[in-house]
Amino acid sequence: MNKEMLEKRANHIRQNIVRMVYEAKSGHPGGSLSATDILTYLYFEEMDINEKNVSGIKRDRFVLSKGHASPLLYAVLSEKGLLQEEELSGFRKIHSRLQGHPNMNYIDGVDMSTGSLGQGISAAAGMALAGKIDETPYRIYTLLGDGECEEGEVWEAAMFAAHYHLDNLCAIVDFNGLQIDGDVRDVIDPTPIDQKFEAFGWYVEHVNGHDFDELSKAFTKARENKGKPTMILAHTIKGKGVSFMENNYAWHGSVPNDEQYIQAMNELKEESV
Amino acid sequence: MSKMATREAYGKALAQLVEKRKDVIVLDADLSKSTKTADAKKAAPNQHYNIGIAEGNMMGVAAGLASSGKVVYASSFAMFAAGRAYEQIRNSIAYPKRNVKICATHAGISVGEDGASHQCIEDIALMRVIPGMKVFQPCDEASTKAIIAAIADIDGPCYVRLGRCAVESIYQDYTFTLGKGHVLRKGKHIALIASGLMVQEALKAADMLEEEVTVIDIDCIKPIDQELIVETAKNHNVIYTIEEHNVMAGLGSAVAEVLAPLGLSCRQIMIGMQDQFGESGTPQELLKAYGLDAESIVEKIKQTK
Repeated sequence: MNKEMLEKRANHIRQNIVRMVYEAKSGHPGGSLSATDILTYLYFEEMDINEKNVSGIKRDRFVLSKGHASPLLYAVLSEKGLLQEEELSGFRKIHSRLQGHPNMNYIDGVDMSTGSLGQGISAAAGMALAGKIDETPYRIYTLLGDGECEEGEVWEAAMFAAHYHLDNLCAIVDFNGLQIDGDVRDVIDPTPIDQKFEAFGWYVEHVNGHDFDELSKAFTKARENKGKPTMILAHTIKGKGVSFMENNYAWHGSVPNDEQYIQAMNELKEESV
Repeated sequence: MSKMATREAYGKALAQLVEKRKDVIVLDADLSKSTKTADAKKAAPNQHYNIGIAEGNMMGVAAGLASSGKVVYASSFAMFAAGRAYEQIRNSIAYPKRNVKICATHAGISVGEDGASHQCIEDIALMRVIPGMKVFQPCDEASTKAIIAAIADIDGPCYVRLGRCAVESIYQDYTFTLGKGHVLRKGKHIALIASGLMVQEALKAADMLEEEVTVIDIDCIKPIDQELIVETAKNHNVIYTIEEHNVMAGLGSAVAEVLAPLGLSCRQIMIGMQDQFGESGTPQELLKAYGLDAESIVEKIKQTK
């Protein structure tokens, strides 16, 4: 693992996230920035996905269950060379492949159409079951929001994945503590998410979601863990990397104005790859 | 005449299908003995998965399996498939065009004694309005078996509406063609266009009427046989659409959508649930109570023709 390289990539991804939302005048920066380091690690260190295998299904796959973090997914795919960077400017605009929430039919590398919360983890579990049926060794990753865990379907899927011993499934919860209406604990408290997943029969790991060493250890353990699906509870900062967005739920789905955009890009200006 | 519920025919057809095709995976939500997917489980235990009482998750899992090259048949009662899991079907299956066949049993009021909570009279409407969803409602054993086999080769989402009660054999010789209806009887002036359980009632009604009437089975509700409907409207004075479903947005509406722009002189009268919930009772009592048995259909025709 080249940590310095990962940091540069994550920084560049964050620049693109802010730029996409700014150019679209629409989108969700807060929860995209909080999960940037997680996805950077996944796509550059963990998952088997590249230009050659991207159009197929016999590779590791990723389901963005928190589909509103679409700027993050598109920026990561671009960083990975699976999307042209120029295309990011089409985000949320008419006749673009970069829909507000991801559409799998438009882009190789978008492994499930998501956006309606709670549904992605079910689809990921279905893919993991298919892997077991076919005895193919691919792994399925899915990213959920902490607020998303308020959806009942998440727990239906959690029960299902444990029942069928889907140890090829790894869910990551982006625990930034904030949802649109405020602190998750104030809206309707989904915690303790870790103990709940454990009680549902999952193997659970805790990480600082901005620390590549911890992410590396957790994903390695997830891979080695047999008989149970893994949930990685990633403690993150909503809006990470842009000072005025950090830990402010108002930035869940808000767009920076010209001044804020310049400030954000200045803060993220330092070294990219 | 032999009788068999379309759900029974589904179980038998599915059992044959899973033996023949290893890429077919069957999902059920704890109702496999009622939906009859248990037959498929017996035939190929490794191709059947019980998801438990979690229909929303079942549709998502189906989407994931279909994304991995499987042809998925997912079953529950119509109320819980089309009703409870509507949004999962819409967003996880239909929007990304996943190859999932939702085969929903116990549709309509003929569910009987369980009452209105289990009598789905809205599912044709719910499924028909989803872009790209194909909707089928076979009326007997032969047509059910043919449709269940045929949709395995149709890429994309399909909804099949099946019933609880035994129904009479309508077809000696049945051939399925996507988007084609079936003229069962040719008459003049009056045409009865029915689907599912209502086909046998329509045929009985036709027997009871003094004049010769046309009877048509629409088992492929979407895409619907526009050509046949237009031709029928041109050659008849009145079309009666007959469905075990709310008259709003079901078969009758599908027929009206074809005819409305043409301004033909043929009238259309919709027989079905008149925007009301059902109740407990035997299926036959319920059909009579809500005007859906042959006698009630005849009476309605005499009053309105």
